[in-house]
Amino acid sequence: MKKKFAVNKTYEEINEKIKKGDAVIVTAEEMINIVDEIGIVKAAEEVDVVTTGTFGAMCSSGAFLNVGHTKPKMKMEEIYLNEVSVYGGLAAVDLYIGATALPENDPRNEVYPGKFEYGGAHVIEELIAGEDIELEAYAYGTDCYPRREIRKTININNIRDATLFNPRNCYQNYNVAVNRSSRTIYTYMGVLKPNFSNATYSSAGQLSPLLNDPYFETIGIGTRIFLGGGIGYIAFQGTQHAPFGIGRTVKGQPKSGSGTIMTVGDMKQMSTEFIRAASIVGYGVSLFVGIGIPIPVLNERIAYYTSVKDSEILAPVYDYSSDYPSGEVIEPIAYVNYEQLRKGVIEIKEKKVPASPLSSYYKAREIAEILKEWIKEGKFDVSKPAETLPAPESEVKIEREY
Amino acid sequence: MKESSIRIVLTLPKETWDNPVICKLIKDYDLVVNILRAEILPKMEGSAVLELKGTSDKLQKAINFLKSINVKIRPLELDIIREDEKCVHCGACIAPCPTNAFHLNAETFRVEFDKLKCVGCGHCIAACPTRIIYSPDF
Ligand code: SF4
Ligand code: SF4
Repeated sequence: MKKKFAVNKTYEEINEKIKKGDAVIVTAEEMINIVDEIGIVKAAEEVDVVTTGTFGAMCSSGAFLNVGHTKPKMKMEEIYLNEVSVYGGLAAVDLYIGATALPENDPRNEVYPGKFEYGGAHVIEELIAGEDIELEAYAYGTDCYPRREIRKTININNIRDATLFNPRNCYQNYNVAVNRSSRTIYTYMGVLKPNFSNATYSSAGQLSPLLNDPYFETIGIGTRIFLGGGIGYIAFQGTQHAPFGIGRTVKGQPKSGSGTIMTVGDMKQMSTEFIRAASIVGYGVSLFVGIGIPIPVLNERIAYYTSVKDSEILAPVYDYSSDYPSGEVIEPIAYVNYEQLRKGVIEIKEKKVPASPLSSYYKAREIAEILKEWIKEGKFDVSKPAETLPAPESEVKIEREY
Repeated sequence: MKESSIRIVLTLPKETWDNPVICKLIKDYDLVVNILRAEILPKMEGSAVLELKGTSDKLQKAINFLKSINVKIRPLELDIIREDEKCVHCGACIAPCPTNAFHLNAETFRVEFDKLKCVGCGHCIAACPTRIIYSPDF
């Protein structure tokens, strides 16, 4: 006899319930207790959608802008926004501004550790805030695009298009960083004090979107998501998406970085509550991005995944003074779980090490709550992906013979 | 005249590295100078933490002299302000703080700032990615 799930729901059924206002939507935090109390099969029957959230610095982010044609027309080649150089190797007035781009005159790490007060992420945040931005552009001039130079102010309200397009967001899981050397180091994982004096981590753990769908059974190309305060979509798997051949814990969650997503959304809908520039001392500029993904509970296996709690998710601890920068494949120093991390102390080599976050669990929770409200109000429904993302087959077997 | 003392952090520009600045403070301004920490290297920007004692008049004149040779001065104990409503509660300020003045609330997951614990060292200022921690003296 073929093994089956006890509960089998379709996207259409769930969306029908959302439309009628009958759907049961809970956050990934609330799902933990529900499954504890009534078990996965009942939970899968009762709960239709689990909402997730994360808010952290995601360097691989940026925006496509179309700044509108000039008179006479111009094919902009070398372009600056508030002195930050942006990429102009596209059609006439299209450009891409990367979150980590810096102005030419930034001292970088010359005065160590550099402060990185301003960069592409700040331009993106100011655009979303509705502030004016100085555009400066140069061109070589052609018969059809004769203009060679321009300086003007742009504003999100007067440019044609502003699309956030992030090649890699929302790492499924992430490293815990420590420093075994004898000097303080400044990394994208924050300030790390010498001799394992502190540890930093950056994942929303039990609330994190991709940890709640560890084998990408519902999350895929075209999935509608919360992106930076507006509605966005998953465009594709993110760069460095690598969910194959890695260690996993009992509910399927990877014990290392694993999967990623590429996200896209209209910046005109976004808010600086959920998109914020980050100046990371000694490292550079990055962008805090808030993302929330709804997970339709199609069957009890999805209910099982989404019941995962911080104590069941492991993160690898790496040394960021020599192991990580070396680029060599090195075994982690240890694995710790997110419950320990969030309590603020982990144990490494029998030493108690204070741990602090770099991503905001507070905001992650806020995002999961907002997404829940959006779905309840019927302003957002779950989308069946055009294609699910590349992923190994689930090792979590809970189908039974009926 | 009444004596008083101040504790200040000096940043000395490259050009002053071989200037006998401290000697001048003692001889020309009649101050008692206690060097709490100093890092002066040839042809590089230097820094020093000093305690200066003297009459307020002489202290003021000494400060003016330091400023005239482009030495940057700030008080040792900074008055730290965090713009709470702009905080994203990321936690990047927690590790650099030597006194645990920032703390992650285990219920709300907000990063709380306990100003009473702050000793004004300034380490958190550059560590906050959203630049909402600052000091009016800095
Ligand atoms: S580093 Fe800044 S934004 Fe982050 S929690 Fe501390 S004060 Fe708030
Ligand atoms: S100034 Fe120093 S003691 Fe005060 S909060 Fe910042 S890091 Fe902590």
